[in-house]
Amino acid sequence: MLNTTLKHLEAEQELKDALDTHKNVMICCGRMGPMCLPVYAAMRDLRDEYSNVSFFDQDFDGPAASYIKNLPECAEFRGLPFTVYFRGGKAVVATTSIQTSEQVREILDREFDGK
Amino acid sequence: MDNVVIMGTGPAGLTAAIYAARADLRPLVVEGNAPGGQLIVSCEVENYPGFPDAVSGMELMGLFRKQAERFGARFVSGVVTSVKALAGGYVLTCGDEPIETRAIVVATGAMARRLPIASEAKYYGKGISGCATCDGAFYRNLDVIVVGGGNTAMEDAIFLTRFAKSVTIVHRRDYLRAAPVEVEKARGNPKIKWMIPRVIDEIIGEDLVTGVTLRKPDTNDTEHMDCDGIFVAIGHDPKTELFRDLIDCDSLGFVRIEPGSTRTSAAGVFACGDVADPHYKQAVIAAGTGCMAALDAQKYLEMNVK
Ligand SMILES: Cc1cc2nc3c(=O)[nH]c(=O)nc-3n(C[C@H](O)[C@H](O)[C@H](O)COP(=O)(O)OP(=O)(O)OC[C@H]3O[C@@H](n4cnc5c(N)ncnc54)[C@H](O)[C@@H]3O)c2cc1C
Repeated sequence: MLNTTLKHLEAEQELKDALDTHKNVMICCGRMGPMCLPVYAAMRDLRDEYSNVSFFDQDFDGPAASYIKNLPECAEFRGLPFTVYFRGGKAVVATTSIQTSEQVREILDREFDGK
Repeated sequence: MDNVVIMGTGPAGLTAAIYAARADLRPLVVEGNAPGGQLIVSCEVENYPGFPDAVSGMELMGLFRKQAERFGARFVSGVVTSVKALAGGYVLTCGDEPIETRAIVVATGAMARRLPIASEAKYYGKGISGCATCDGAFYRNLDVIVVGGGNTAMEDAIFLTRFAKSVTIVHRRDYLRAAPVEVEKARGNPKIKWMIPRVIDEIIGEDLVTGVTLRKPDTNDTEHMDCDGIFVAIGHDPKTELFRDLIDCDSLGFVRIEPGSTRTSAAGVFACGDVADPHYKQAVIAAGTGCMAALDAQKYLEMNVK
C-alpha cells in the first residue's frame, strides 16, 4: 500500500465504484519514488481547493492497477507515475512521469468545472 | 513557538533530527516532496559505513527515520514554501499552517538537473527519464542512452543493463568524474557502450523518443543515433531558491556556511548536507553535517533563549 494521505484504490471494484460514483476523478498510479511523490504531494495540496474532484492514488504493482496500465491513453507511457483524469467515468487526460502542482492545476481547471 | 524546524528528510535532515530529538529539542521535521531524499532511488548503497553487504537507499533512509522517531522527532508532510524572519525566530509556511520556530536546519539537498534542450519536457515519460530505478523496466529490450559521467550515471547504466538491449553512456568530456570502482564496473559490462566526448544537441521523435543528434564538442561534427530512451544523470543543483533573500549563497546557489560549522549568514539558521556542499555530495557527509547542524542549533538555543 502506498504511504500517502490520499485515498487508495486497492481493489478493482473500488476503482469501478470510484468512477461510477464520482463525476470528476483524478487517479495517480505509481510507487513511492521520486517521480511519483511530487504528484501525490500536488494532489494532497490541491484536494481542499478542488472539492469538485475526487483524488485517489493506486499502487502501480497492485492487481487493481491493470485497469490504468491497460488504458489506451497510457499505452505509450514510459515513466512513473501514470496519472489519469476521468470525467463521467471516461478518461479525458492522462500524463506520465513527474508533474508539478501547476501542471496538475492547469488540467483540473481545464477539464473539470464547478470548483 | 518550536525550538527547531528541520527542512528535509534526506540523510542530513534525519541525522539532524536524531541529534536534536536526543537533545530534547522536540524538532519538527518537514518531509518535503521527496521523503528519504535522493538516496531512495539507489538500489545499492555500498559505501555507507556499517553496511558491509550494501543496503538499498530506501531501507537505509527508513532506518534513519525510525531512529529519529524513536527519540521523539515529529514529522509533518508537506513542503516549506516561504521563510521569513520575525522577532526571536522565523515563520515558515507549510500548507495552510504557519510554523514559528526559533531555529531552522536547512537540509533541502539538491535537485536533479534537466537536459538544456527545449524538447526535453515534451518527452518526459515518453523516452526521457530522470530515474533509472523508477522507469528502467519500461525499456525492456530497447536501446537507451545514459547522459552523464558521474557515479549516478555509472550506477544507472549498470542498473539499466538488467532491462535494456543496449546502454550507451554519453558524456560531454573525455574523462569521467565517477569513482574508478564504478567506472570499472561499467567498463566490464558487455551491454554498455561509450560515446565520449559527445553532447546531445537534439532529441528526435514523434510521440516517443526515437533518437538523438550527438555532437563532438571539439570538432562540432554531428551524427544521428537511434535510441528509445534517454536517462539523464548530469548532476544536481542545490535547493536554495527559498532562502536566497535570507541567507548568503554562492554563485552556484550553495548555502555559504562558516568554515568548521553549519552556521549561515542568518542567526539561528543552519545548513547541512548537499545544500551546502559543492564538493563531496555523499550521504555520509550529509549525515555528518546533519549532526553538526543539530549541535550548532542546540548551542544557539542555549545561548539565545532565556
Ligand atoms: C541515484 C543516486 C545514487 C546515490 N548513491 C550514493 C551512494 O551510493 N553513496 C553516497 O554516499 N551517496 C550517494 N548519493 C548521494 C546522496 O544521495 C546525497 O549526497 C545525499 O542524499 C544528500 O543528502 P541531503 O540530506 O543533503 O539531501 P537530499 O537527500 O537531497 O534530501 C533533501 C530533502 O529535502 C527535502 N526538501 C526539499 N525542499 C524542501 C522544502 N522546500 N521543504 C521541506 N523539505 C524540502 C526533500 O523532500 C528531501 O527529503 C546518490 C545520489 C543519487 C541521486
